[in-house]
Amino acid sequence: MLRLNCPFCGLRDHHEFAYLEDASVQMPSFEDTSEKAWFEAVFLRKNLRGVHVEHWHHIHGCRMILRVERDTQTHVISKVEAAHPSFRQRLSDVNDETKLISKARSKT
Amino acid sequence: MGQAGWAPAWRQPEPKLKYDVIIIGGGGHGLATAYYLAKLHGITNVALLEKGWIGGGNSGRNTTIVRSNYFVEGNTAFYEHSLKLWEGLSHDLNYNVMFSQRGHLNLFFTPGQRDAMMRRYNIMRLNGIDGEFLDREQVQKMVPHLNYSEQSRLPILGGFLQARAGTARHDAVNWGYARAASTLGVDIIQNCEVTGFIKKAGRIVGVETSRGEVEAEKIGMAVAGSTSVLAAQAGLGPLPIESHKLQAFVSEPIKPFLDTVVVYGAGHGHFYISQSDKGGMVFGGDLDGYNSYAQRGNLPIYTDVASCAMNVMPALGRIKLLRQWAGIMDMSMDGSPFITKTNLSGFYLNAGWCYGGFKAIPGSGWCFAHTIAHDQPHEINSLLTLDRYAQGRQIDESGHGPFPKSH
Ligand SMILES: Cc1cc2nc3c(=O)[nH]c(=O)nc-3n(C[C@H](O)[C@H](O)[C@H](O)COP(=O)(O)OP(=O)(O)OC[C@H]3O[C@@H](n4cnc5c(N)ncnc54)[C@H](O)[C@@H]3O)c2cc1C
Ligand SMILES: [Zn+2]
Repeated sequence: MLRLNCPFCGLRDHHEFAYLEDASVQMPSFEDTSEKAWFEAVFLRKNLRGVHVEHWHHIHGCRMILRVERDTQTHVISKVEAAHPSFRQRLSDVNDETKLISKARSKT
Repeated sequence: MGQAGWAPAWRQPEPKLKYDVIIIGGGGHGLATAYYLAKLHGITNVALLEKGWIGGGNSGRNTTIVRSNYFVEGNTAFYEHSLKLWEGLSHDLNYNVMFSQRGHLNLFFTPGQRDAMMRRYNIMRLNGIDGEFLDREQVQKMVPHLNYSEQSRLPILGGFLQARAGTARHDAVNWGYARAASTLGVDIIQNCEVTGFIKKAGRIVGVETSRGEVEAEKIGMAVAGSTSVLAAQAGLGPLPIESHKLQAFVSEPIKPFLDTVVVYGAGHGHFYISQSDKGGMVFGGDLDGYNSYAQRGNLPIYTDVASCAMNVMPALGRIKLLRQWAGIMDMSMDGSPFITKTNLSGFYLNAGWCYGGFKAIPGSGWCFAHTIAHDQPHEINSLLTLDRYAQGRQIDESGHGPFPKSH
């Protein structure tokens, strides 16, 4: 059983998640009309044997999309974080706030 | 006395320094290719290099369903050609591959499924491929012990039958091709992993292996789930393929219980089952669903497949599972395969079989041998190219789009 440590919910079983896709793929911008760029982004995959960056959806949990680093040979999961940078930032802000609060509390 | 005195079925030669053709991968596709190169094209100076033992990959791990109920151009003629080769295969190889045309019954549960399948089977019939519509009563007569309860969430409404479809014995197919190819002069070299490619003036002229360097005029690759890894070494660049694992399950042997292949798929599950000649119920369902090179399955699909089984065949609830395993599938972006030349001259690709490549073994070997021998595809595999995506002509049977895990 794969288990993902969701940064929002904690350690949860694979059952709760849906695999989305290879997270290393960068879609071209909508202004980019080059057929080659779109073809490569839509159809070609590195398909790595080893550490793979991918998106998972915590569909039966917080419903956040997560960025996961997982080894496709061993299934060892080395990193799980919020996929969207602004959520990553917000999480770290919240963690900092929590630390400040507990520090302040411990002084009083 | 007893089982003594059996001669090995194929020779165990040391690799030579040079061949006319090297085939990488000793699954059914590689073995069949080597056989047809020798048999139909007179190219007998061939080495087949297998990193483990022949048939140790997907060709020895599958649920052995053979059918040709495809309806998209590119697939129709190819799979029907393959099925016709199956029909004569035991005689051709002089080896009993236990091909049993016990029929393939595809159940439907909703009017929408019925209509989609009606379209598929009508197109098949227009293409000269057999297919029949069965209503609920006819299905019940054919397989009386399915779940026909009116109370089930989605009652069985009917089915579509391909009577010429069936199953075969996977090991026998691998061994039969190996023996026949070896007899015609092909060197089958096991425990010989290809680890790199030898290039001269931009052309691939040979391979580096765990048993030394081997050169060849032409090289064909048929390594299923390992395709992207080797293709990157060869310099083919990223391919329209992802490696995913598929599990299969076999029960303890029981008395004759099911004399056809029962299948359903769409919306509320995906399931296929048949009974092997040893009596085991052989069944499977969906992919595990995430990229993987590990040949072992995971629990969520295990439970999913078990509930699919109980959905249509509740009588299975008491039998015990004997074994469960997984294989690494070369899932392509449109669910259809490649038998093709590449942009590297003298280097040919056979891949993208998803989880339907067992039935394709004879046809694939036949077409790949032709493509290698003539340096151009046969008409039958002329659409199974790598450049079809760039040209906007995907061969997408299921209509799922460029999502390998969904095909
Ligand atoms: C569980 C399961 C159920 C399936 N059910 C069905 C079914 O019911 N019907 C159907 O039609 N299809 C089915 N399939 C699909 C089918 O089994 C495959 O598509 C088919 O066997 C692929 O054959 P192949 O020869 O291309 O690959 P494989 O049989 O996998 O052979 C590839 C070989 O290449 C070798 N190799 C890899 N790397 C190297 C290297 N570097 N050097 C040398 N050798 C190498 C491997 O060891 C392997 O032996 C199923 C697959 C699985 C796993
Ligand atoms: Zn969560």
